[in-house]
Amino acid sequence: MENSMYRSKAFKAYSTGFVLSLVFTLVAWGIVNRHVTNEHQPYSHLFIHILVLSLAILQLVVQLIFFLHLGREKKPRWNLQALLATILVIIILVIGSIWIMNNLNYSMMNTVPSQEDRPF
Amino acid sequence: MLSIFSAVEVPGTDRLVLLFGQLMVVVAGLFIGLALIYFKKVGWLWKNWLTSVDHKKIGIMYLVVAGVMLLRGLADTVLLRTQQATSTGASHGIVSSDHFQQIFTAHGTMMIFFVAMGLVSGIINLIVPLQIGSRDVAFPLLNNLSFWMYAAGAVIVNLSLVFGGEFAATGWLAYPPLSELQLSPGVGVDYWIWSIQIAGIGTLLSGINFITTILTKRAPGMTMMKMPVFIWSVLAAMSLVAAAFPILTVTLVLLTLDRTIGTHFFTTTGGGNAMMYVNLIWAWGHPEVYILILPAFGIYSEIVATFSRKRLFGYASMVYAIIAIAVLSFVVWLHHFFTMGAGANVNTFFGIMTMVIAIPTGVKVFNWLFTMYRGRINFASPMIWFIGFVITFSIGGAAGVMLGVPPIDFQLHNTLFLVAHFHTMIVGGALFGYFAAIVYWFPKVFGFKLDEKLSKLAAYLWIAGFICAFTPLYILGLMGATRRLDHYDTSLGWQGLFIVAGVGLLVIFAGVGVQLLMFYKSIRDRKKNIDKTGDPWNGRTLEWSTTSPAAVYNFAIIPTVTDRDEFYRVKQLKSTIPKRKFSAIEMPKNSPFGIFMAGWALMFAFSVIWHFPPTIILAVLGVVITFLVRSFNDNTTYLISAAEVEAIERKRIGALL
Amino acid sequence: MTKVSLVHKEIDKETATSLLGFWVYMMTDCIMFASLFAVFIVLKNNIADGRNGAELFSLPFVLTQTLILLTSSFTSGLAMLAAQRTKLKDTFIWLGITGVLGASFLALEVNEFVNLDHSGSSWRISGFLSSYFTLVGTHGLHIMVGLLWLVGILVYMYKKGLNETSVKRLTMFSIFWHFLDVVWIFIFSVVYLLGVN
Repeated sequence: MENSMYRSKAFKAYSTGFVLSLVFTLVAWGIVNRHVTNEHQPYSHLFIHILVLSLAILQLVVQLIFFLHLGREKKPRWNLQALLATILVIIILVIGSIWIMNNLNYSMMNTVPSQEDRPF
Repeated sequence: MLSIFSAVEVPGTDRLVLLFGQLMVVVAGLFIGLALIYFKKVGWLWKNWLTSVDHKKIGIMYLVVAGVMLLRGLADTVLLRTQQATSTGASHGIVSSDHFQQIFTAHGTMMIFFVAMGLVSGIINLIVPLQIGSRDVAFPLLNNLSFWMYAAGAVIVNLSLVFGGEFAATGWLAYPPLSELQLSPGVGVDYWIWSIQIAGIGTLLSGINFITTILTKRAPGMTMMKMPVFIWSVLAAMSLVAAAFPILTVTLVLLTLDRTIGTHFFTTTGGGNAMMYVNLIWAWGHPEVYILILPAFGIYSEIVATFSRKRLFGYASMVYAIIAIAVLSFVVWLHHFFTMGAGANVNTFFGIMTMVIAIPTGVKVFNWLFTMYRGRINFASPMIWFIGFVITFSIGGAAGVMLGVPPIDFQLHNTLFLVAHFHTMIVGGALFGYFAAIVYWFPKVFGFKLDEKLSKLAAYLWIAGFICAFTPLYILGLMGATRRLDHYDTSLGWQGLFIVAGVGLLVIFAGVGVQLLMFYKSIRDRKKNIDKTGDPWNGRTLEWSTTSPAAVYNFAIIPTVTDRDEFYRVKQLKSTIPKRKFSAIEMPKNSPFGIFMAGWALMFAFSVIWHFPPTIILAVLGVVITFLVRSFNDNTTYLISAAEVEAIERKRIGALL
Repeated sequence: MTKVSLVHKEIDKETATSLLGFWVYMMTDCIMFASLFAVFIVLKNNIADGRNGAELFSLPFVLTQTLILLTSSFTSGLAMLAAQRTKLKDTFIWLGITGVLGASFLALEVNEFVNLDHSGSSWRISGFLSSYFTLVGTHGLHIMVGLLWLVGILVYMYKKGLNETSVKRLTMFSIFWHFLDVVWIFIFSVVYLLGVN
């Protein structure tokens, strides 16, 4: 009778997801913690940004797969499609807003707009 | 010239106008309430309509409220046009400057959120389940809730006139810093915020409901590419609702927080950024206008095919065009604020994307025209509306492409040219489509046709009136006339054009009058115009296969679909009505859940507007308790037995034979 | 590739419809959070006369919060597993642990908010602080609603056992709870880790 759920494939999936998430969390936290507690700030600004955001995205994917079972539904995969569409909207909204709001500085406070005011 | 108008002076008329408006709201409300009590219809209304979770009834309720709000919005239009036609030189028109600001704010807010969105919601509610061969939407209870949230929002707008006598004086999007506490200390902006916040939540829930409905409740065999184009347009519009309305919700909350607990999102001090509001509100606002127009495009597709007696030209390209328009509508929003100060590269990107969106739109227009080509066209009134749309929308759309070019926009932004453009889009594009839909689907909903003669006359009056009312505005905009002016110098020579615009409005009014007459006459003579077959226009899609009106369960037996225009295909086979075996049908029960939730929302909003914490807490508790009561109620459906179904079908089909 | 199955049966159509609808709702909630993130990122340097993130945030504290919430997401998944195998008692236990962890997370957060307010860094001080409190506070509000929902589910399950409605609601709750942890990943990363720089 004891087909224990703690030995099932599903349990292994959840545990894998949990452990991976833990790892990504601790690595990101550890590096930032080292960076700010160290007087000389050993890493570059850009490196910290890329590392933290990449680990966040990796953890997102891990949780989507192992906790939310994405990719395992049968066709038509409405959940996956809805999620991809949402991610697209979020990227447009967030990146678009950052680009626009930063670019508004183009006409502010300088007598001659310079290259520094335009991120790209 | 026209010195008679200088006799019309503010503030005497101004106070009269306000009083009249307040009186109208109070009298209308009392009249309706007392009539219901006198005719002992309150219980009947509650049982059969207000608590109904039937999409057909909810659809009708949406259209009724939208119709009332249209009349209210048009009343505002009369005031605006009159003011602008008379307020020049020594005369200052009929309303004060401050009231003028409130009137155009209320006009825009009501027309977009309560007329256009109400018409969209009403029509999709009535038709979508029938067209996809389903018994109802995916979540009937949620559907009822959505309606009541919309109605609560409408109530809040109207209450602002009576309690406080003040609405926002900021324009329909209430930009900060004008909408912040310092410059708008009264309750007006708060009324604005809560009316659209609550209605917006209703819309968002509808978006979720209809997306799920279209994805999961299609009749067997109706694959995505066999759905009517109208359904595709609704799916796209509702996806835009789901994507965009959360942005509106957030932005309104942030403004509310600024106005109530002292945050600094959009303030001028403390690190606020008012331009972020403009950015966010238009990130919602642009998809919103596509939410308004896409279902109208879908309606035109149905109407043109039916009345050209020909299959819609280019089904696949129509579908791709709809999807392209929906996606593109998310990358153009900056064109609403080209002049806010972004650099050339940002403006150029959004300018180009704005022009690109005209391409799939053009594809659709050509496909409609190609559908008509070599068809056997029946110019019934829905087609008249369509022709009016093609003419006006093409011109207004071209104006839009002009405005999408940043250097041109720098001249035309916030002029009457812009005002003319967006009215052409919403009235000539969306509203004409919804009027056409009402005439087209009226027999399906009520079982009898509308008077065709009056329907055609109304269409001609609206189209002529619209052109007369807005052509002057295009010209005035090019001449440099700014929008939202309550007074201007006589030396500018603008008055003549404003008067022509006023005449155009009178013609539109005649059109509205004819529409009201049309409803009256059609209802009075309904027995002469009964739709016996359920298919008065020789339609092509599934909704025409039911009786008119459809039974509560829509289809006694869910049809199996094998092609596009399935119903038309079946008709060509001239098959007899087969002997059918009916089974019992489970339908959801009526419920007061939606009314209660919306009531608590109304209480919450009112309490926040007037800063009264006890009823805020009560409202929150009310929401939680109502939710819990419903959650523990396991008895939410009822069964129509097979015998009852058979009896209903025999009675209805019997009338056919 | 296994289908998600409930009580070893196929999900019936009605449950599948409800789950899709809830998923679509969850997508709209993500977009709402994205808007709040956009606001935070735009305003995060607008500190006016107030303090910035480096001065206000404690990395050890936020790690504690993060680990608690992550664990609760894991335990909510285990509760789902138990429910799918109709193990009522195990379901209760895992849900209970989820609730306790969730409540602890919330308590820590409220504590942090109160401390910030009392030490002169309330939402009234700057655009940065306004958007910090609103973004993190909205997430906290969702946690609170989730906990109330959880109580409701526990009561319902206590009365009616693991029937179809229980499992359906539990599934929706676990989707909700997982997504709250997903949002927290980004709050943790963008607000705290990048904010202490």
